Amino acid sequence: MYAYDELDRTLINERVSEFRDQVKRRLSGELTEDEFKMLRLQNGVYLQLHAYMFRVAIPYGTLSTKQLRALAHVARRYDRGYGHFTTRQNIQYNWIKLAELPDALEYLAGVGIHAMQTSGNNTRNVTSDQWAGVAPGEVEDPRIWSEILRQYTTLHPEFSFLPRKFKFAITASDHDRAAIKIHDIGLRLHKNADGETGFEVLVGGGLGRTPFIGKTIKPFVHGRDLLSYVEAILRVYNQYGRRDNIYKARIKILVHELGIEKFAKEVDEEWKLMDASALTLDHAVVEEIRSRFSYPAYEKLPHMPDELKEAAHDPKFEAWRKNSVFPHKVQGYSIVTLSLKPVGGPPGDATADQMDAIADLAQKYSFGEIRVGHEQNLVLPHVAKRDLPVLWKALDRIGVATPNINLVTDIIACPGLDYCSLANARSIPIAQELTRRFANHETANLIGRLHINISGCINACGHHHVGHIGILGVEKNGEEFYQITIGGRADENAQMGTLIGPSVPYAEVADVIEDIVEAYLALRDRPEELFVDTVKRLGVEPFKERVYATR
Amino acid sequence: MTSPLEQKKIKLSGPSMVTANRTWDGAVIYRTAEQGWSTELTDAAVVRTSDDARALLAESVADDVGAIGAYIAPVEVRDAGKIGPGNLREQIRSAGLTIDIPVPAQA
Amino acid sequence: MPLVKNAKIVSDLFVHVVDGAELPGDGAVLISAARFLEDPETLSKRAGKTGVIWPNNRDLDDLVPYLDRLAAVALVFPSFRDGRAYSQARLLRERHGFEGELRATGQVLRDQFVFMLRAGFDAFEVKKESDAEAFASTARRYSVFYQPTGDGRVTALNRRMQLRHSESAGQ
Repeated sequence: MYAYDELDRTLINERVSEFRDQVKRRLSGELTEDEFKMLRLQNGVYLQLHAYMFRVAIPYGTLSTKQLRALAHVARRYDRGYGHFTTRQNIQYNWIKLAELPDALEYLAGVGIHAMQTSGNNTRNVTSDQWAGVAPGEVEDPRIWSEILRQYTTLHPEFSFLPRKFKFAITASDHDRAAIKIHDIGLRLHKNADGETGFEVLVGGGLGRTPFIGKTIKPFVHGRDLLSYVEAILRVYNQYGRRDNIYKARIKILVHELGIEKFAKEVDEEWKLMDASALTLDHAVVEEIRSRFSYPAYEKLPHMPDELKEAAHDPKFEAWRKNSVFPHKVQGYSIVTLSLKPVGGPPGDATADQMDAIADLAQKYSFGEIRVGHEQNLVLPHVAKRDLPVLWKALDRIGVATPNINLVTDIIACPGLDYCSLANARSIPIAQELTRRFANHETANLIGRLHINISGCINACGHHHVGHIGILGVEKNGEEFYQITIGGRADENAQMGTLIGPSVPYAEVADVIEDIVEAYLALRDRPEELFVDTVKRLGVEPFKERVYATR
Repeated sequence: MTSPLEQKKIKLSGPSMVTANRTWDGAVIYRTAEQGWSTELTDAAVVRTSDDARALLAESVADDVGAIGAYIAPVEVRDAGKIGPGNLREQIRSAGLTIDIPVPAQA
Repeated sequence: MPLVKNAKIVSDLFVHVVDGAELPGDGAVLISAARFLEDPETLSKRAGKTGVIWPNNRDLDDLVPYLDRLAAVALVFPSFRDGRAYSQARLLRERHGFEGELRATGQVLRDQFVFMLRAGFDAFEVKKESDAEAFASTARRYSVFYQPTGDGRVTALNRRMQLRHSESAGQ
C-alpha cells in the first residue's frame, strides 16, 4: 500500500478546493455549462440518464480498509447506498448531487482518495494487475511504477487537454491480468539480459468504434527512461492527434494512420531532442517511491494448515476454495477473489453494508488491504490459508462468495441503458438473466472458464470486443437488439471476437447464449479445451449454424 | 436508444417534449408550457412541429444555470391527453431503473 | 479583453496589426505568422518590438531561427479544450530558450491559468474581466507539483528527496 505523505495530501486538498470553487461558480452562473463541463469531467463527474455519476479513482486498484470504509460512507451519505466497480478499477456512484460533491470529495480526501482525471481528455487511472505484489512469478511489483506514472500524469500542465482520453495499464506477469494490449499505452514490465528493470511499450490499443490491439513501439525502455519516453509519446499525440472528429481522436487512430514505424520514429525524434535529465528516474528516486509502499509482515506458515484439512469435508467450502482461492507467492497464504456477480444481481455492484463488512474482513484477514479487478470483482490479497474457512463463512453471509470466478456467470457488464446516457440498450438485465440460466454450479464448472462481456453501446465500456462471448447492445427501430461475437481475448493473446450473425432481440439473447454454450459442449475435443480455444480451432461457423438454425 | 446527445437536425417523429437534468442535483426535469421545469413527465409541454420544438429547446437551453443537457424527446399521448414516455430511454428516465437497486445482504 | 502580466491587469504595449494594414515604423506590434514569414529578416530587425502570433496547428520550426530577435510570441487556444499550445509553449521556453513575452490568446479562462503558467506563459489575454481580476489568487491555488517543467518549481519528488537528505544529514 502506498502511503500518501504531506505533499500528496496537500495536492489532493488543493484540488478539492479548486473544484469547490468551480462548482460554486457554476451554480451561480458565473461559469456556463460549456465552460464547466470539461472541468467537472476532469474530476470524474458525468451527467447520466437520471442524475450525475461520480467516478472515484482507485489507483491501480489498491484500497486500504480505511479507504473502503470511506467509499461506503459516501455511498450512504451522498448516494443511494451502493457503488459500482468498473472495468478500470475505479468505483462509480450513480445518484450524486453536484451541490454536495465538494463535501463528498473533501471527505474522501481525508483518506487519500480523489477523483482527479477519472474522466475528460486527459490521462486516466493507471491500472494494473489486481494480484500485483502477491502473484507467484511476478517480475516485480508493477504498482511502484503505476504510482510513479500516476504522480507524473496528475495535473500535468502540458497534457490536460489532449485530443481525447488516454489510458495506461501495466503488467508484470506472464499472464496479463491488466489487459495492456487494449490500452493507449500498455507497459509490460520485465528485465533485460543484465537484470535491469524496463518495459516493453505498446501503443494504440483501444476498443470502441474502431478497436485496435496495441502495437509494440519499443521492446525495452529502461526503467529510468520511462517518464521521458512516455512524455515523448504524449507530446507527439498532443500535437498531432486529430481534433476535428471525436471518433478519430484517440492515439490508436494516429498510430493507425501514420503506421507504427513512422509513429515510432516521430516519438524517437522527440525523445532525442528532449533534455531527459529532468525526467530520468534514477535509482534513488524509484527506491524513494518503493519505500513508501508497505508490505505485510508475513508469518512463516505451513503449506497445508489443519484448519484447511478439516474444512475439506465441507463440499460448499471446497467448491468455493477451488474456484475463488488462488496461489500466493508466499507459502501459507492465498489470494482470495470476492465475487460481485451474485445470481440475479447487477454485476460489479456492492452495497455500503457489504463494503463495510469487506473492509472489516480485510482488516482481520488481509493486512487491511483490498484490490479491485478490471473484471469487476474484489480481491483480498494476503489471506493466511488457515483463515480461509472462517473467512469463507463471513463472505458467504454477506453475499460475495458465489463460486463463479472466471466462469460463465462472472460477467463483465457496463451499466447500460438503465443508467448511461450514451447507451443504446440495457446490459444489466441481460447479465442478470444469464446468471439465472447458468446458476447451477456444476453446469458452470462443466463449461469451464468463459468470459462474457456486455456493452450497452459501441463505446465498449464492457469490453465486449475482447470477451470470449461479447454482447453489444444496438438499437433497431426503437427496440433493443444485440450483436454477439465469439472468440475474443483480453490477455497476452489479445484479439477481437468475431460476429456470429445478425443481431438478436432482447428477449432472445439468453437463449442464444445457451445455444452457443451447448454447441461448445458438443464440439470441444476434451473437457479441458476452453470455449475460446474451441472457437479458435473450429471458427464461428458451427456456432453460427447452431444459433441461427431456427431463427 | 441512439443517444439524443447526437441530435443535429430537429425532425420530430411525433409529439415531443423537451427534457433535461437539473443542474444542482442532476434530477430529471421536463420543460413546462409556463417556461419552467417540472420533475413530472405529465407536466411537460408537448410540441408537434419542428419550429415549436426548436423554440421550446432554445428557451430551455437559455436556462443554463438551472438545467443542463436539454434535448427533444418523443412522448406518447394517451387517452384524455395524458402523456407518457415515447421510448424506452424516456421510460427509464421517468420511471427509474428497470432493475432493482442492490439491497443490503442479510446478516 | 484585459491583458494580465505579473498577476495584474496591465495595458497592452503591443498593437495587433491585421494582415494588409501598414506597420508603424516603430512601436510594439503583433503580426500573424503568415505575414512575418513573408519577410522575416526585415521584420525581425525593425525598430520597435515585434511579436508573432503562431497558430496552434503549425510546427515551430519556421519560427525558431528568429526567436532571439522577437520580443513576443502569442500562442492560440481556439477553444480552452484544445491543448496544443501547451506543448508549443514548453518547447519555446525549454527547448529553444525563448525569453521574450509568451502570450496566451484565444479562449483563456481562469481554470487554466496554473497550467499556462507552468507551461511558460507570462502574458494572458483573459476572456473575462472577473477571471483577470482573480488571476493572483488563482495562481496560488496549488503549492505541490508532481512533474518538472521549465518554471523552476521543485517537484514533489525532489522535495521528498531533499527532505530525506536533510534528515539523514541532520543525524
